Amino acid sequence: MNNDVIYGINGPVVTVKETDSFEMMEMVYVGAQKLVGEVIGITDRLTTIQVYEETTGLKPGDPVTGTGAPMNVLLGPGIIDNIFDGIERPLKAIEEQAGAFISRGAAVPSLDPQKRWAVTMKVKAGDRLEEGQIYATLPETPIIEHRLMVPPGLSGTVVEIKPDGDYRVMDTVAVLRDDAGESHELTLCQQWPIRTARPVKKRLAPTVPLITGQRVMDTLFPIAKGGTAAIPGGFGTGKTMNQHQLAKWCDADIIVYVGCGERGNEMSQVLDEFSELIDPKSNRPMTDRTVLIANTSNMPVAAREASIYTGITLAEYYRDMGYHVAMMADSTSRWAEALREISGRLEEMPAEEGFPAYLPSRLAEFYERGGRADVLSGGEGSVTLIGAVSPQGADFSEPVTQNTKRFTRVFWALDKSLAYARHYPAINWINSYSEYFNDLDPWFRENLGDEFVEYRNKISALLQEENSLMEIVKLIGADVLPDDQKLVIETARAIRVGFLQQNAFHAEDTYVPLEKQKRMMEVILHLHEKAKEIVAREIPISKITELGLFDKLAKMKYDIPNSRLEMFDEYIAEIDDKLGLLML
Amino acid sequence: MIIEYVGVKEINGSLIVMDGVKGVSNEEIVDIKLENGTVRQGRVVQIEGERIVVQVFEGTRRISLKNTRTRLTGHPMEMPLSPEIIGRVLDGAGRPLDGLGEIFPVKKANINGTPINPVSRVYPKNYINTGISTIDTLMTLIRGQKLPIFSGSGMTHNDLAVQIVRQAKISGADSSNFGVVFAAMGVQKDVAEYFRKSFEESGVLSRVVMLLNLSNDPIIERTLTPRCALTIAEYLAFELDMHILVIMTDMTSYAEALREFSSSKGEIPGRKGYPGYLYSDLASLYERAGMIRGASGSVTQIPILTMPNDDITHPIPDLTGYITEGQIVLDRALQGQGFYPPVSVLPSLSRLMKDGIGEGYTRVDHQALANQLFASYAKVIDARALASVIGEEELSPIDKKYITFGRLFESRFVNQGFTENRSIEQSLDLGWELLSTLPRAELDRVDDALLDVYYKG
Repeated sequence: MNNDVIYGINGPVVTVKETDSFEMMEMVYVGAQKLVGEVIGITDRLTTIQVYEETTGLKPGDPVTGTGAPMNVLLGPGIIDNIFDGIERPLKAIEEQAGAFISRGAAVPSLDPQKRWAVTMKVKAGDRLEEGQIYATLPETPIIEHRLMVPPGLSGTVVEIKPDGDYRVMDTVAVLRDDAGESHELTLCQQWPIRTARPVKKRLAPTVPLITGQRVMDTLFPIAKGGTAAIPGGFGTGKTMNQHQLAKWCDADIIVYVGCGERGNEMSQVLDEFSELIDPKSNRPMTDRTVLIANTSNMPVAAREASIYTGITLAEYYRDMGYHVAMMADSTSRWAEALREISGRLEEMPAEEGFPAYLPSRLAEFYERGGRADVLSGGEGSVTLIGAVSPQGADFSEPVTQNTKRFTRVFWALDKSLAYARHYPAINWINSYSEYFNDLDPWFRENLGDEFVEYRNKISALLQEENSLMEIVKLIGADVLPDDQKLVIETARAIRVGFLQQNAFHAEDTYVPLEKQKRMMEVILHLHEKAKEIVAREIPISKITELGLFDKLAKMKYDIPNSRLEMFDEYIAEIDDKLGLLML
Repeated sequence: MIIEYVGVKEINGSLIVMDGVKGVSNEEIVDIKLENGTVRQGRVVQIEGERIVVQVFEGTRRISLKNTRTRLTGHPMEMPLSPEIIGRVLDGAGRPLDGLGEIFPVKKANINGTPINPVSRVYPKNYINTGISTIDTLMTLIRGQKLPIFSGSGMTHNDLAVQIVRQAKISGADSSNFGVVFAAMGVQKDVAEYFRKSFEESGVLSRVVMLLNLSNDPIIERTLTPRCALTIAEYLAFELDMHILVIMTDMTSYAEALREFSSSKGEIPGRKGYPGYLYSDLASLYERAGMIRGASGSVTQIPILTMPNDDITHPIPDLTGYITEGQIVLDRALQGQGFYPPVSVLPSLSRLMKDGIGEGYTRVDHQALANQLFASYAKVIDARALASVIGEEELSPIDKKYITFGRLFESRFVNQGFTENRSIEQSLDLGWELLSTLPRAELDRVDDALLDVYYKG
C-alpha cells in the first residue's frame, strides 16, 4: 500500500510529493537504509521531513515509510548509566555494531532487550490500578530503584500478574483490564512521545533548594528543586565547567546530562570522570545516577534539535517515580541554532538574527516542563532545568539569551573579565539574579537559622557597595578614599577571593556544605564589623591590613577542612584578640 | 551506457541548475565537459524531483546554457588515499599538483567523513611540548586537541605555526610516525611558499602533505580543501597510527567561500550574511580532531584565522571559539612593541590543559603557577588602566609593583625568539622568577606549601 517516495532533498530536509499518508510530527523511515526522520510540514503538494542522519547518497524515488506514531522514546530499566545519541540510540551498542565512527541507519534497540532484571511485584490479581501507579520495582543500579508505572491514560483491574523473578524489558509481567473490558499487557517499559509533557497530579511551589555545594550559587543565587536556571557566557567563561560541577555535586537523585551540539572530547571527559568519581552520599560511582545524551556538534543537526526533548522526557519519567531529577542542557543555544538551521531550509520567514519567530514559544514549552510536583505514583518528584546559553559574541542582548531570561528564574551570568582573571566560577555577582529568595528563605531560616539570610543580604550589600566604589577608584585611585570606604573594598576583596572564588580542582573546596558556607560568611562579616569599630576611632586602616587577617580569610577555604568547622571559632577568637590589641 | 545531459537550465554564481536528470543521489559528484574539452567537477547540492542544483568547483566562467555535457559519476566526493600520499603537494580538491602523477589509491574515503562516536573517543591527556613559554605554561597544547590561533592581517601567526611544527615534541611520536597536513585556503602564493620553505629547513618536508588552494584559485574548491586535508589526516592517524598535526590557514577565507556559495544558492543568511549553518559546518571540520580507541595515532588541529578588523566577536572567531578547545589570541599592540610571539595571554585558553599537566605530565606546580600568572597579569591590566587616568606616579606602591611585573612578563616571558626553544622547566622557573617580584601576600592562587618551595622574593 505504501509507495511514498522522496521527491526533493536539501541538506537534512527531504520532501515527498502529493501524499496524504503522514501525520504532523510522525516518525518516518527514509531511504533504503531506513534513516530516522520526522514530518515537520504538510501541504497538499509537499510533505516535508527532517532527517536525523546525513542525507548524502539519498535519491529521489527512495522509499519513505511511516510508523504511524510521533517521535517516541522507550522508557524502562537500562536508561541510567547509559549514553545515548539525540534520539535515544545507545552509543555503546552503535560502537559495537559499527566501530569508532557512527554509520548511518544504525538499527539498535534503545534498551538492551536481552538483559534480565530482578523484578519485585507490588500488586496482586484483583487490585485496582490508576494511571501512573507503581506495579513493580527492580534495582536498576545499586542506588536507583526503578519503579514500573502504569502508563498515563490507562487504568483498570489487574487480571494476571507474574511471580517475582528475572524478566527482560519486553516480557509481559502483568495484564490489566480497563473499564471497557479491554486487556492491556504491561511490560518493563513504555513508549512516550518526546514533545509531550508527562502528566502529574499537582504542581507544587518550589520551596526546597537544590543544594549544589557551590558557594556563589547556594548562597547568593540559589535555585529551587524544580526550578529553572540559565548559565549564559561567552566561550571560555566556564559554562561547561559549571554544568559539570552541578552534575557532580548537586543533591538531586538523578542527573540527565544533555551534551547538545558540544565537543566530542568533552563528552569523553564526562564519561571518564563520572565513572571514576565517587558520589560521597552513596559511595558509588557518579554514573550510577547519571544518564548522558551526547549529540556532538558534528552529529546531524536535526537530532540535536530532538536531543533536548529526549532528555527532558527521560527526566520526567524518573520524576514520575518520585525522584528529584536535575537536567543539564549544554548548550541550549546550539539547540536554538538547530531550529534556525532547519527553519532556514524550510524557507520560513525569519525573525530576529535569522531565528524563527517561534523560538520564544519553543523555549517556553521546554522550561515549563521543569517543576516540582505531586506525581501520579504518589509522593513527590521534581525536574530542575539548568540550561547553558552560548551568546553570540558574548553579547547578552541576542535573542536566545533574552528569551531564555524570560522563562528561567535564575540567571547565572558568566563574565569574560572574571574568566580572564581566572576567577572561577566566573559568575558575575552584579548581573546575576535568583527569583527564588521568597520561596526558599523560609527553608534557609528553618534549616540554617535566620542568620544565614541576614549574612547573605549583608554580603550582597557589601558587594554592591564595592561595585559603586570601584567606579570612583577606576577614575582617581584607591588612595583618596576615606578609611571606612577602604574597609569596604578590603572586605569585598576577602569576599571575592575567599568566598565567591571556588576551586573545582581542590579536594576540599570543590564541594562546600551549607553550614561551612554560613560560617565563612560569619567570619568575614565579623572581621568587617570589628574593623569598622576601629576605623570609627580614627585608627588608620593600614594598621588592620598589616595584621594579615584579610589575607588569612582569603585562604580559609583551603585551610579549614569541611569536617572541622569548629576551627571557625579559633578564627573569630584570633580576630578579637588581634583587633582588641589595636583598640588599646 | 552512460547518459550525458546536454546543456543547463540556469546559471547563478557557482551554481548550475539542470532539468530532467534521473537517478541522481544527494551530494553526488558530476563531471561537466565543456565544448573546448576542459572537464570540471561539481557536486549535487539540492534535488527537487528531476531538477537538480550543482555546485561547480572551478566556477561557471565560460559555461553557457548549451555548451556543456554533464555526466553523473555515481558516487559522492571521494579522496584517494595511500601511504604514498605523505610528501605530496595537492591542489585544493586533492588532485596532485607536483607532477608526480596520480595517487594510486589503497582505499577511497568520502571527504565529509563520519562523526566519531563520543564513546569511542579517548580523552586527550598527553601534552605537546612546543618550546614556547606562553603556550606551554598558560595554554598547553594537548595531543588530539584543536587549538586555533586567532590572529589578524599582518601579524606573525605564520611564524608561530612554523615554530610550533619545528619544535613540537609529541610524546609517542618520532620521525617515523609524525606527520603534518597543511591546508592553505585562500592564502597568497608567498605565504604557501614560506611554509614550504620552512618545512624544508626544519627537515619535515618529506613528512608533510600540502593542499594548496591559493587566493586566486576557485573559491568553491576552497570549501573542499579542509575536508580533503582532514580525510588524509584521519587516514594517516587512525589507519597508519601516525601523530598528525593539521594546520589550516586561513579559516576566514574558508568561511567567506562558504558565504558566497550560500548566498548564490539563495539561502536565508544568519549573522553578517554567513549561512545559518556556519556553526554546524565549522564543527564538522574541527570535531575531526582527536584520538579513538583501538588506534594509537592522533589528529591535532591548529587552525589559523585572521579576525576581520581584529574583532574577536566576529562570527568566525566567535563560532570557532565555541567549538575548539581553547584559542591562542595574538595581539597587535604587543607585536607593535616588537614582541614575538605576540600572544595576548588573558583571552587565550586551553580547555584540555587541566588534565594534561601537573605531576606525572609536567610539574606539580604548573596549574597553580598558571592560575597565578593569569590573575596577576589581569591586575597589571587594571593598574595600567588606572595609570592612564591618574598617571603612573600617583599609583599606590603595590600598583607600581604590578606595572613593573607587567613589563617584565611581556618582555621576558611572552617575548621569545623565533628560534628559541625553551624546556618546560625553563618556562615554569621563569614564571616563578617573575612572580617573585611581587609581594608574597599578593599570590593568593597558590598554596603555602608551593610558595615555600618556589617563591624566591
